[in-house]
Amino acid sequence: MTETLKNTLLFGAIALVIAFVGFQQSWNSALLIIAMGLISSIMALGVNLQWGFAGLFNVGIMGFVALGGLAAVLIGMPPTEGGFAAGGLGIIGALLLGAGTIVAAIQVMRRMAAGPLRNLIVIAVLVAGFFLFRALLDPAVARIEEINSAETGYLGGLGLPVLIAWPVGGLFAAAAAWLIGKTALGLRSDYLAIATLGIAEIIIAILKNEDWLTRGVKNVIGVPRPVPFEIDLQNDPAFVERAAAFGMDPVEGSTLYVKVLYILLFAAVLLLLMWMSQRALHSPWGRMLRAIRDNEVAAEAMGKDVTARHLQVFILGSAVCGIAGAMMTTLDGQLTPGTYQPLRFTFLVWVMVIVGGSGNNLGAVLGGFLIWFLWVQVEPMGLWLMNVVTSGMEDGSALKVHLIESAAHMRLLTMGIVLLAVLRFSPRGLIPER
Amino acid sequence: MDFLNAIIAFLNYVFIPGVAYGSQLALGALGVTLVYGILRFSNFAHGDTMALGSMATVLMTWLFQSWGISLGPLPTALLALPFGILFTIGLLLFTDRAVYKFYRVKKAKPVILVIVSLGITFIYNGVTRFIIGPDDQNFFDGERFIISAREFKKATGLAEGLSFKTTQGITIVTAVIVVVALFWFLNKTRAGKSMRAYSDNEDLALLSGINPERVVMITWIIVAFLTTIAGVLYGLDKSFKPFTYFQLLLPIFASAIVGGLGNPIGAIAGGFVIAFSEVTITYAWKKILVYLMPESLEPSGLVQLLSTDYKFAVSFVILLIVLLFKPTGLFKGQSV
Repeated sequence: MTETLKNTLLFGAIALVIAFVGFQQSWNSALLIIAMGLISSIMALGVNLQWGFAGLFNVGIMGFVALGGLAAVLIGMPPTEGGFAAGGLGIIGALLLGAGTIVAAIQVMRRMAAGPLRNLIVIAVLVAGFFLFRALLDPAVARIEEINSAETGYLGGLGLPVLIAWPVGGLFAAAAAWLIGKTALGLRSDYLAIATLGIAEIIIAILKNEDWLTRGVKNVIGVPRPVPFEIDLQNDPAFVERAAAFGMDPVEGSTLYVKVLYILLFAAVLLLLMWMSQRALHSPWGRMLRAIRDNEVAAEAMGKDVTARHLQVFILGSAVCGIAGAMMTTLDGQLTPGTYQPLRFTFLVWVMVIVGGSGNNLGAVLGGFLIWFLWVQVEPMGLWLMNVVTSGMEDGSALKVHLIESAAHMRLLTMGIVLLAVLRFSPRGLIPER
Repeated sequence: MDFLNAIIAFLNYVFIPGVAYGSQLALGALGVTLVYGILRFSNFAHGDTMALGSMATVLMTWLFQSWGISLGPLPTALLALPFGILFTIGLLLFTDRAVYKFYRVKKAKPVILVIVSLGITFIYNGVTRFIIGPDDQNFFDGERFIISAREFKKATGLAEGLSFKTTQGITIVTAVIVVVALFWFLNKTRAGKSMRAYSDNEDLALLSGINPERVVMITWIIVAFLTTIAGVLYGLDKSFKPFTYFQLLLPIFASAIVGGLGNPIGAIAGGFVIAFSEVTITYAWKKILVYLMPESLEPSGLVQLLSTDYKFAVSFVILLIVLLFKPTGLFKGQSV
């Protein structure tokens, strides 16, 4: 069997099972699986850049995805009236001061001779800077959060078209990745893993707690959409007529239409990123990265700058995850910092990359669709399985009730088993690296 | 009088919770460090092993409670703990046989083992949720306090009360016993010495006839003890919720790395460094400062350096500082 045939069959199988969902459950769920599958594929592409190309073990994907979501809010939402006047300058001043403190401390570290005096001055600079920062930030934050706290109570966004947020989300993630990469990339792989895990938790903690920025756990809802609203379509006679021509009622027609629009947008982004990744993979730069991955010492001996390449690819991969995060928040129409969990946003993406085939872009896309499909569909499948298992038990028995209620937790178990099975029996994934 | 009040408040809100939390972290970090020293990978499933072992203990506790067995003033969970440990030993040995051994024999790269441990994390997490559900579970019973705040106030006449919870007392006592036993084992017994030898220099240990599979087995058994005890103590002290154990992973790893990965003494020191930094930086110091400062200088705010939700940030920043300036940790650990 040729490789092209095998890959076509694999993707065809996925298309088939999604179509099955469309016929069996509803086309709405099927289209939603495709939309989220596209987003998942983009995340997997980003991780594949880091792990598959360069062998960097990043478990902070959740943080970059959340930063993308933040971009969707900061770009798309309308500005809160009077918000910036109340505390905008104070906050910007405080953030600049905070950054200045760190720069000053680094400068002291670099310029002074090592010794107790230097340590003392560095600590003094940091402590003084921290208290000044809080003194400037706290009142500004209080003023912003006072403004209509039930509905806004935050700075709001720029009110620009939300599509701009997608590349901006990538930029946010790239900036964070630069910071992390500068400090943590020199470390061994285990340490980089812990460092990225920690950064992701911190980013989520910031999104949850800094109400002036994201409304925290009160969530930002109603993020503007790049596509029309269903209700407007249903009130549009021209659309109703077209839907009728397809034999659909306006409600169903409008929901499907909106999802198809989203899918087209996401697919365009995926194709663009896919094309770029493929070009990168087959360029001298891509070959250099793989050489570094396979033998760092040898690559360094050939005069390759390992640290710089690692930093580059770490930033690029994280930016791709940020773009996907902005797209996801756009699709959801809301930013809910409380829902970001590492198992869902970091480790699930890892399962996608490993199962799909690390080092192969097509594999990452396949993994994204396949694992997302399983993630969504394992629950109904588990419920069905449990109903079959418990069909012999008498109604109302405690065990039966427990088993049926717990079916929802089957998905984590399934993901673990899929990951272990692939690692054991097909460690290079479904579509291995060439 | 004010000075005494300040000391009591400090003990009550900072010192005692810090020591209890530090003991829990130290036990967790010891497990991570042992796995790293012997099996040479960072075990991401550690937090969920704690959750699963605690879950077994919680279920046994409920069973005992339903039978009416109790330890009087002590929580019944202590009686159930040995069963929880037995369950965890079985679980870890089975996991090693079924999963890790394959990669050990193949001499896979450490990072592959880390990814494998991610898969184990998923499975353990799923099993825990499947059996006991994702919600908070209460399994504490017995006397709540060794010293309660009200009695303390009555006895001393101070304005500040000192409360010392039973769970905190048990945590500290148990941690001391476990650590002493562990160090006795590592330093005095033949099996413990072979473990240290294997950790120091694998080839040399193999040459001198140490059976690696036996060392690995003993390591998993000790790790089962440590994880279950740490998990149950944490669950008694705070509450049992599967997801919190996953989140404990970060401070536990931070403790192990800050102390020096692979070094047991470092793990204990690291646990206390992380615990006390978290508690002191996220505590609102106003309560203590009002006693120490003249009235005119009293602070207006809470004097809380960071909100409690940023406690992860604290362990993380300490971790980064140590990694940047002393990559092998405070006590010399391994670096591969």
